[in-house]
Amino acid sequence: MLQLIKYLKNNKAEAVIAPLFKLTEAIFELLVPLIMADIIDIGVAMHDKNYVLKSGGLLVILGVLGLACALTAQYFAARASFGFGTALRTDVFRHISSLSYAEIDKVGTSTLINRVTNDINLAQDGVNRFLRLFMRSPFIVVGALVMSLTISVPLTLIFAVAVPALSLVIYIIMHTNLPRYKQIQKKLDGVTLSVRENLSGARVIRAFSAQKREEKEFSEKTDSLCDSQLSVGRISALLNPMTFVIVYAAIIVILWQGGVKVDTGFITQGELIALVSYMTQILTALIAFADLIIIVTKATASAARVSELLDTKTTVAETASAPCREDPSAPVVSFENVSFSYPGTDEPALSGISFCLNRGDTLGIIGGTGSGKSTLVNLIPRFYDASSGRVRICGSDVKDYRLGELRGKIGVVPQRAVLFSGTIRDNMLWGNENATDEEIWKALDIAQAKEFVEKKPDRLDERIAQGGRNLSGGQRQRLTIARALVRNPDILILDDSASALDMATDAALRRAVAQNRRESVTVIVSQRASAVKNADLILVLDDGECSGLGTHEQLLQSCEVYEEICRSQLSESERGAAK
Amino acid sequence: MKKNTLKRLLSYVKPYAPLLLLSLIFAVGTVMCTLYAPLLIGDAVDCIIGKGNVDFETVGKILIKLGAVAAAGAVLQWAMSNCSNKISYSIIKRLRNECFDKLSELPLKTIDSVPHGDMVSRIISDAEMVCDGLLLGFSQLFTGVVTILATIGFMLSISVKITLVVVLITPVSLFVARFLAKSTFRLFKEQSSVRGEMTGYVNEALGGIKVVSAFSREERSLEEFEVFNQRYQKIGVKALFFSSLVNPSTRFVNGLVYTGVGITGAISAMSAGGISIGSLSCFLSYANQYTKPFNEISGVITELQSAAASAERLFAIIDSEEQTPDAPDAVTLENANGNVEARNVSFSYTKEQRLIENFNLSVKSGQRVAIVGPTGCGKTTLINLLMRFYDCDKGEILVSGIPIKDIKRDSLRANYGMVLQETWLKTASVRENIAYGCPEATDEEIVEAAKAAHCHRIIKRLPQGYDTVLSDDGVLSQGEKQLLCIARVMLRLPPMLILDEATSSIDTRTELRIQRSFEKMMTGRTSFIVAHRLSTIRNADVILVMKDGNIIEQGTHGELLKKGGFYSELYNSQFAVV
Repeated sequence: MLQLIKYLKNNKAEAVIAPLFKLTEAIFELLVPLIMADIIDIGVAMHDKNYVLKSGGLLVILGVLGLACALTAQYFAARASFGFGTALRTDVFRHISSLSYAEIDKVGTSTLINRVTNDINLAQDGVNRFLRLFMRSPFIVVGALVMSLTISVPLTLIFAVAVPALSLVIYIIMHTNLPRYKQIQKKLDGVTLSVRENLSGARVIRAFSAQKREEKEFSEKTDSLCDSQLSVGRISALLNPMTFVIVYAAIIVILWQGGVKVDTGFITQGELIALVSYMTQILTALIAFADLIIIVTKATASAARVSELLDTKTTVAETASAPCREDPSAPVVSFENVSFSYPGTDEPALSGISFCLNRGDTLGIIGGTGSGKSTLVNLIPRFYDASSGRVRICGSDVKDYRLGELRGKIGVVPQRAVLFSGTIRDNMLWGNENATDEEIWKALDIAQAKEFVEKKPDRLDERIAQGGRNLSGGQRQRLTIARALVRNPDILILDDSASALDMATDAALRRAVAQNRRESVTVIVSQRASAVKNADLILVLDDGECSGLGTHEQLLQSCEVYEEICRSQLSESERGAAK
Repeated sequence: MKKNTLKRLLSYVKPYAPLLLLSLIFAVGTVMCTLYAPLLIGDAVDCIIGKGNVDFETVGKILIKLGAVAAAGAVLQWAMSNCSNKISYSIIKRLRNECFDKLSELPLKTIDSVPHGDMVSRIISDAEMVCDGLLLGFSQLFTGVVTILATIGFMLSISVKITLVVVLITPVSLFVARFLAKSTFRLFKEQSSVRGEMTGYVNEALGGIKVVSAFSREERSLEEFEVFNQRYQKIGVKALFFSSLVNPSTRFVNGLVYTGVGITGAISAMSAGGISIGSLSCFLSYANQYTKPFNEISGVITELQSAAASAERLFAIIDSEEQTPDAPDAVTLENANGNVEARNVSFSYTKEQRLIENFNLSVKSGQRVAIVGPTGCGKTTLINLLMRFYDCDKGEILVSGIPIKDIKRDSLRANYGMVLQETWLKTASVRENIAYGCPEATDEEIVEAAKAAHCHRIIKRLPQGYDTVLSDDGVLSQGEKQLLCIARVMLRLPPMLILDEATSSIDTRTELRIQRSFEKMMTGRTSFIVAHRLSTIRNADVILVMKDGNIIEQGTHGELLKKGGFYSELYNSQFAVV
């Protein structure tokens, strides 16, 4: 929480003013019992109606002032907390944008989304409550103690016992329950998970006729949740009665001891009433404080999660300041003995990869799941940094490029087809903001998407729903390919991006890409031998290592892994030159 | 509608009627104690008048009484909380269980069409809202009303005039609270809609963060986010400010009541026959707690409304249409012989879009059927119909010569082993997942199945081996998950198999090995296979070529190629020389 305090910097004044006004209000509130004591001791005792009315007027004025202070405090607290939240949100969002794939993978996107939305909101709420209440409650307690000191020192001793006793009760109850609340939350998460799983797995559950079993499991979970809730409830239900008892015990002692003091003339009847009022004020303040602590604890946990995210530094830092010098005669892409392991693992995901691609080359990468295909292509746009070795683009190390410059040369089509809400045109412009409609149509044509876009009533202006839900998987994939092509990139990377296409469309796509990109480099990652078979160079990956590099014909002869893959996928005539 | 919802909710409370009654009695007791205590304090104060004028004997008696009242109040309050906790948590539990049980009775059509997030939020959050709103609402409403009435009664017993002052000023507080609640509600609604938009944007932008950085759109997306962020701040400050006015305002009105009581009380105490100082102090503490129930009651109304709205959403689940139950005379299919027949089957998901029309198929026991065709041609739909996840609109499907409508769903499905492209695993141990279809399987059988699916070694490498708990974002890759799904079926070995892109995420080399296990598994079993890979398709006894919901060609690989129709076109296009 403390680390995040700097986000109040734009609202320093508000953050100071709010609690100050809150304190002023509290002072007014503390004066009320004293004035009332005077009304009784002076006004009533002397039968002075004027005094009573004057004091009454004073009480109203105090009330109005108190209200004014409170409103001011609330207003500034609202501004300060939202100022805090807004600044923090911007910064966290910016920070997330700077993270490399390595950090994103580690944290996970759903977590990132949660941090930006829920956690910051909770922290913001915590700041608001904190500014409004955190000073007020202890102040009222201390203030009430001071006030009663002015009435009678020995009687204040009763407070000195009661207040710690009250605090102790509140502390013990909260201390016992806080971990249990976490447990309840965990059980509730379990219940949520069950519901979610049963919706997503409806087919499998029914296929295995496991409905009854799932129902039983669910009802066990809700039983256990209910039991925990009840047991926590039993403890937290103690809070009010126990404080009630302590306060009344204190009041009883005050009345008895007060009686003695009044009898001896140390204090007056009115002052005795004031003491009782202070006792009740303390109680209200402490209970509000207990509520506050729960909220602040939650907020602190959220704040800690946000700080943790902010502390996650990107592993791909932009160091270049000037545009990079390119060597037109150098290979467009070259890997020199590149190795890579994911952070936190010793096992290399890639080791000792070398190859180079010249203008017009097509590279096919094939290999099993987890063999490192995607990892390899992700090194080209520097989504990850190689652990050792060099990745060069046009002769320069990728680390010498500015990220925007580097990625501007590359068109990436990721495995998962992600589109953004907006029109089809909006999405196409991601690739190149200045693209004309003509260029967009050309890209759509190559990506085999022209036909279905033309059929849409609004063509390029057809709206894409969030996540592209109104398109089929194959359509989404073809649009993401077109998006990369609009850029007419020097390097096009197709990362297993035709998996949702049927065989015919897939083949037509590859043919069109080959025909239209004779001047630039294309990298195709695939599990299908047919997709890489005609590439200029095929890289066969096996467990992160290169087990073959060459053309289809060469590899059929020399690479056992490749031969095996082809045998399983292609007919004899398709395999061609197999022995 | 509202009335019905309320009535229905009450029917959930009914089993707890004695408990509810008890909790109400406790509530009345608590209120009486909390109200009686100030009265006693007042009496005590009246015995402590001034120097040398203190009646210690009476004070002592009163204080003992006060102690007893406080203790009784505390016990009653605790008992009341426990009663209402018990009622509310039990009702939530029942509501959740009923909704959950309903899930397995829903037709898949419903499950496929409703957003799952919404369903989850109903069963989790709405259930909570119902409990909070309704039961706390009721108890607060009840204690509130009792407090107000009892306070008025107690006050009237002391002084009619001062009571009048209190009763006249208090409605101001109600008025203020109502006004604030109205404007706050409007602002909150606006705020939550802006927040919704912002969350939507964040979901999209961060969900696709990799693409954002691939296209160097970081700055642009930050700018777009800032627009939402600023709007949220603007509306949020207003909403928060207005909502935080309620407390100070009611405190202010409270202060007015207090002052009013103080002045009239003091004046009355001066005159002969007026109230005593003790009574005044008692009045003052009543004044302090009197406005609280008013605020609570006005809050209860909103809570009740939102509880009713949540309850309606829950009841909507409980009331949603169930799948047609198994006919009472439905047969249990022990061991299907593997003959499958479709007669004039028509089916569509929506009325506007026809999908499968007049579909006929006859598969003999033990045949291997491959289904090929472009995306969206109805392959998966066909499987939905075979498993009876969906019912045919027209025509019928027969297994072992019996129309599947006359077979108990569970027993029909028990005859199929299904592996789908989308892997679904439970958050449970690997062992439990493999044994999902037959929980009574021994460890040896489980390991056997895992070996057959070539995932034994993968499992061995997991931190806790077969006891590793799988989770959604967990340790396994898509391909490895698919292997576990295959193991799950291998363990059960039913007479018929459905493999819908069952190996799409498994690399070819592993697939090759699994293929051998599949071969063994498929021998003598009728199997339906949807696949892209030719090796699987080529060896099929029958290839069904589907297009736009119809089988347009049917035959073996060789026959179809010779025919030179759609299949050969499809086949050749994949391997056409670029």
